[in-house]
Amino acid sequence: MELYTLTIHQAQEKLRYGETTSVELTESVLERIAQVEDKVGAYISVQEDLALQMARFADERRATGEDNPLLGIPLGIKDAIITGGVPTTAGSRILEGYIPPFDAATVARLRQAGAVFIGKTNTDEFTMGGSTEYSAYCLTRNPWDLTRVPGGSSGGSAAAVAADEALGALGTDTGGSIRQPASFCSVVGLKPTYGRVSRYGAIAHGSSLDQIGPLAKDVEDAAILLGGIAGHDPLDATSLNAPVPDYVVEMKRGDGLKGLKVGVPTEYFVEGMEPGVKTAIRAAIDKLADLGAEVVDVSLPHTQYGIAVYYMIVTAEASANLSRYDGVRYGLRQDGVDMWDTFRQTRETGFGPEVKRRIMLGTYALSAGYYDAYYLKAQQVRTLLRRDFEQAFEQVDVMVAPTVPGVAFEIGEKGDDPLQMYLIDVLTVMLNLAGVCGISVPCGFSEGMPVGLQIIGPALGESGILRAAYQYEQVTAWHKQKPGIG
Amino acid sequence: MAKLSLEEVETIAELAKLTLTDAEKAMFQEQLSDILEYAEMLQKIDTTGIPPTASAIPLKNVMRPDVNTLSLDNEEALFNAPQTDEGSFKVQAVLE
Repeated sequence: MELYTLTIHQAQEKLRYGETTSVELTESVLERIAQVEDKVGAYISVQEDLALQMARFADERRATGEDNPLLGIPLGIKDAIITGGVPTTAGSRILEGYIPPFDAATVARLRQAGAVFIGKTNTDEFTMGGSTEYSAYCLTRNPWDLTRVPGGSSGGSAAAVAADEALGALGTDTGGSIRQPASFCSVVGLKPTYGRVSRYGAIAHGSSLDQIGPLAKDVEDAAILLGGIAGHDPLDATSLNAPVPDYVVEMKRGDGLKGLKVGVPTEYFVEGMEPGVKTAIRAAIDKLADLGAEVVDVSLPHTQYGIAVYYMIVTAEASANLSRYDGVRYGLRQDGVDMWDTFRQTRETGFGPEVKRRIMLGTYALSAGYYDAYYLKAQQVRTLLRRDFEQAFEQVDVMVAPTVPGVAFEIGEKGDDPLQMYLIDVLTVMLNLAGVCGISVPCGFSEGMPVGLQIIGPALGESGILRAAYQYEQVTAWHKQKPGIG
Repeated sequence: MAKLSLEEVETIAELAKLTLTDAEKAMFQEQLSDILEYAEMLQKIDTTGIPPTASAIPLKNVMRPDVNTLSLDNEEALFNAPQTDEGSFKVQAVLE
C-alpha cells in the first residue's frame, strides 16, 4: 500500500508508532503528484523543497517527544489563503508574483502544529466561480472523469484530496466553494460557522460570508483539520470567542444516531434535480433513520430567494473588497497616462471576465439610486432567510439535503451563461447567508459521478454535523471508493 | 426592469475603475441585465419593518489595548510594491 493513500488519522498512527516518517510520507505524496498532476492539475504551485524541509523539521520535533494529530501531515493550501514567503495568487493575474509577508491565521496554526505544506491549490479567480475554470493559471480536471470540472472554487483542493495528491487540504467557502467541489469529487468538505475560523489572511471575497474550512478523505480527518484551525483570533474582529471542543471525541459520542432529530427541508428538493441525485439522497436519509435518527420534514420558506439575495450581497461586498487592487502596494501595475488611468489599466489587465462581471454587478447594486432596491432589499430578505433557519433549528438538531442538485458537469459546458453557473449554488449559499455550518459527505453516484449529502447544523453546531456524518460513514463505504485516474 | 443601457454600463465601469473593451461592454450589458432581471423577484417580497442583516453574527465593536505591537518594517512593507521611491510607494501625481 502506498503511503499517499492514507488518511490523516491512519498516517498519524504510523508516525506515532515509528512505522513511517513525515519525510517518507511527503516523498510519497510528491511522487503521486509527479504521476497524476499533469492529468488533474490540482495545484497552481508545488513547493517540493520547502515541503521536504518542513517534513524533516516535523520528524525532528517528533523525535523530541512532540505529538499532535497534524504533526508531519502533508496538506494542500488553497491559493486564496496566504502563506508567508510562498507565492499566493488567488488564481488571478493581478497577484502574479505576490509573496505574502505573513501567514494567514489558519496557516500559522497548521505551521505551529507541524503540518507540511505541499503546495497551493487551484481556485477560480478570487474564489469567484463554481468550476475552477475561472483560474488564470491552470485547468483542474475532475479525477473521476477528466472531461469534467472538479467544482469550485476550491476545485484544486477537492481534486488534490480525491486524487491522493495531499492527505487533506484547506479551502474557502463563500457560497458553497468547499462543499460543492467536495460533492463533485467524492471527498468530505466542511464549511464552519461564520466566525468559527479566523478569516485573517483569507483573501477577501464576500466578507460577511467567507469562511476557511477543511477538505478531507473522511469525516475524522475533517474533524482533525477543523480542530487544527478553529478558535478565536484577535486579528479577525468577526472571530467568535467560543471554546473549541475536541471534535473527534465529540463526533464519536452517542449510540448510533439515537436521539438525533433530523429535518429534511422540503424546498431543497428543487425542480430540475437529477433523479440519480435524489435517489442517492433519499437512500442516505433512510440510512440515518436506520441509525436511530428521527427524520421529519421541515420548511425553509424563503429558499427560492436565496440565489438572488446571495448574488446581490456577495457582488457588492466583492466590489468593495477588490477596490484594493490598484497597482500601488502589491501585484500587477500597468502604467497609464495619469494616476486614475493607471488604476483602470491595471484592473482591466489584471482581472478576468468573471471578476469584472461581479465587480460591475456589485458596483451597480451599491450605486446611488439602486442601493435601496438591490443591496438593502437583499439584506432585508437575508434576515428572513436567517429566521427560516432559526425556526427550523427550534424543531430539529440538523438538516439534510443534497449539496448540489446535480453532478460535475463537462468542462466548458456552462461557460457562456453566468446565471446558469450561479444557479448551481442554490443549496449551498443559504448556509453562508444564515452564518450556519454544513458538511458534504460522499453518499453515492449518479451516472458514475459522485453525489454529496449536505448535513446542516446551527451556529457552532459543528460537533452535531460531524457526528451525523461520522455515523453515516461508519455504515457506508462511498468514501473508500477511489477514482481510477487515467 | 428595462435592459441596462450602454451608457449605464460605462458609468458603472467608471465607478469600478475598469476600462472595458467594446466587446466587454456589450457582453456585460446583456449578462448584467439578465442577472438583474432575475433579482427582480426580491421586489415582490414585503420587507416592511424587517431590519437588514449585514452580518450573520451579532457584531459589536471589537477593541484591543492601545499598545504598540510588532508590524512589518519598511523593507517588508515595500517588498511587493511594483514601484517604490525613497522607502515609499510610488504613485503618479495626485494633484494637477
